[in-house]
Amino acid sequence: MSGNRLKLYGLLVLLYVLHNDWWFWNDARIRFGLPMGLLYHVVYMLATAVVMYLLVTRAWPHHLEIDDCGDDR
Amino acid sequence: MTLAIIAVYMAVVVSIGAFSHRLFQRTGEDYFLATRSIGPFLLLMSLFGTNMTAFALLGASGEAYHAGIGVFGFMPAISGLVIPAIFFFIGTRAWAIGKRHGYVTQVQFFRDRWESNSLGLLLFVVLVGLVIPYLLIGVMAGGLTLNQVTGGDIPEWVGGLVICIVVLTYVTFGGLRGTAWVNTFQTIVFMVLGAATVFVVFRNMGGVGAVMSRIGAEAPELLVREGNFSPLRWLTYSLIPLSPAMFPHMFMHWLSAKRMENFRLTVMVYPLCIAAVWLPPVLLGIAGRLDFPGLVGGQSNSILVRMITLHAPEFLAGLLGAGVFAAVMSSLDSQVLSLGTMFTQDIVRHYGRSDGLTDRQQILSGRLFVGGILAFTYTLFLFSNRSIFDLATWSFTGFAALIPIAIGALFWRRSTKQGATACVGTVIVLWSYFFYQGWDDRTYTVGGSGVMAVAVILAASSVAMVVVSLLTSPPADEHINRFIAPPAG
Repeated sequence: MSGNRLKLYGLLVLLYVLHNDWWFWNDARIRFGLPMGLLYHVVYMLATAVVMYLLVTRAWPHHLEIDDCGDDR
Repeated sequence: MTLAIIAVYMAVVVSIGAFSHRLFQRTGEDYFLATRSIGPFLLLMSLFGTNMTAFALLGASGEAYHAGIGVFGFMPAISGLVIPAIFFFIGTRAWAIGKRHGYVTQVQFFRDRWESNSLGLLLFVVLVGLVIPYLLIGVMAGGLTLNQVTGGDIPEWVGGLVICIVVLTYVTFGGLRGTAWVNTFQTIVFMVLGAATVFVVFRNMGGVGAVMSRIGAEAPELLVREGNFSPLRWLTYSLIPLSPAMFPHMFMHWLSAKRMENFRLTVMVYPLCIAAVWLPPVLLGIAGRLDFPGLVGGQSNSILVRMITLHAPEFLAGLLGAGVFAAVMSSLDSQVLSLGTMFTQDIVRHYGRSDGLTDRQQILSGRLFVGGILAFTYTLFLFSNRSIFDLATWSFTGFAALIPIAIGALFWRRSTKQGATACVGTVIVLWSYFFYQGWDDRTYTVGGSGVMAVAVILAASSVAMVVVSLLTSPPADEHINRFIAPPAG
């Protein structure tokens, strides 16, 4: 498995851990019109979309697509 | 006017299903899988629409009414990570194997992977049993919505019946192609309407910031998670989004893709779609505490409709009703079609006729089962009264706890049919036990510890899968090579 692929899988694990934002658990401050806990998870989802983009562009399982081409013939 | 808008919407949906019938090739594979021809955008919309249910719209707003902002992080945020990862790691592999071996259902794959009829039958019973409550959620939401947007003039049993009839009509006409087309239309409808609704309601209330400030003064507990979620419950609930890995309808949609690269768009965009759909109902649910304080338990599932009725013009209430119907039907259709397909392929075709079924007989069988399942679900609905959110959680718990067999089948050469059977058996026993324990307690966690039942069941089913597999003999290497590439060298 390539180093890049491993790093991306590591990012998935990191995101899973960061979902547990216990540091904002009791924070009721309003920022940009939203409470901190809600704003954090909106930003979290944007970050997730970026990681998914990287996963698709840099770690796509091309070996499975070869199987598909074989069957199409 | 509200009823007229909903009626027009229903007519459009049925027309799309009927129109898709023009492309129908009259083969079993076309009815059940659209001849594996679905492109990237349709795949995204149908996978997303199938996964977003009344659970997202009514359940989320109702839950946010009681538990505040945490609802957004609790379910959608972690789903935005876990579900696309499932598509990436499991969906792509299931698609490749399904295409190579001509599978139509999950049960066919697992039965073949471990060469076991009895395991296939056991899985069939468990999967059907877990989908039924999920179906029920949709019918309940349809009834509730029509009742609310008409000010109680139309009883809930009528709304549930309308949903069942419309879904039956277009699924019968269009099969999976019709379902994918209708899902695409409906997903766009409920995404656009969600955003429009939040805009209209919050503008009427003085803006999001003003509403949050008022909440801070009148119901400050909604702006934090302290007191609403325990950290342990938060952590263990994050296992629930593993459930789509084992949804029968999800598996069918994966197999319908024309190429594996068609999954790319879905994996990339899915987190954004979830955020776009879940944020509006969560915000509206919280804001609902200002206008409708004092709702108890499942009463809060109607908060979205109440807010629209209060703050928006009547035509938007009608559109919202249509939007909720869209969310409901875009899941219900795939679920009933997948069950109809399973009954046809895994029971009638596998056990019934030794000379096989013709395409015409397969399609007829699929349609009859779709009708039968909807009739059964509607009957259950008439006698049910549970919170939408709770019902979904129990269904998802069972599916999530079965994920070790998907991982074992696709990644672990040493897995065996005995291991998979032990895994399924463990889920049956523990799920039944915890369901019985938590039936009357909507905040149930194991022994009051904060640990969700899904964590315990998943841990036990994983151990059962691994230990029993290691104690028994795996299939021959040549057989496993059909599903998992042999190790390099």
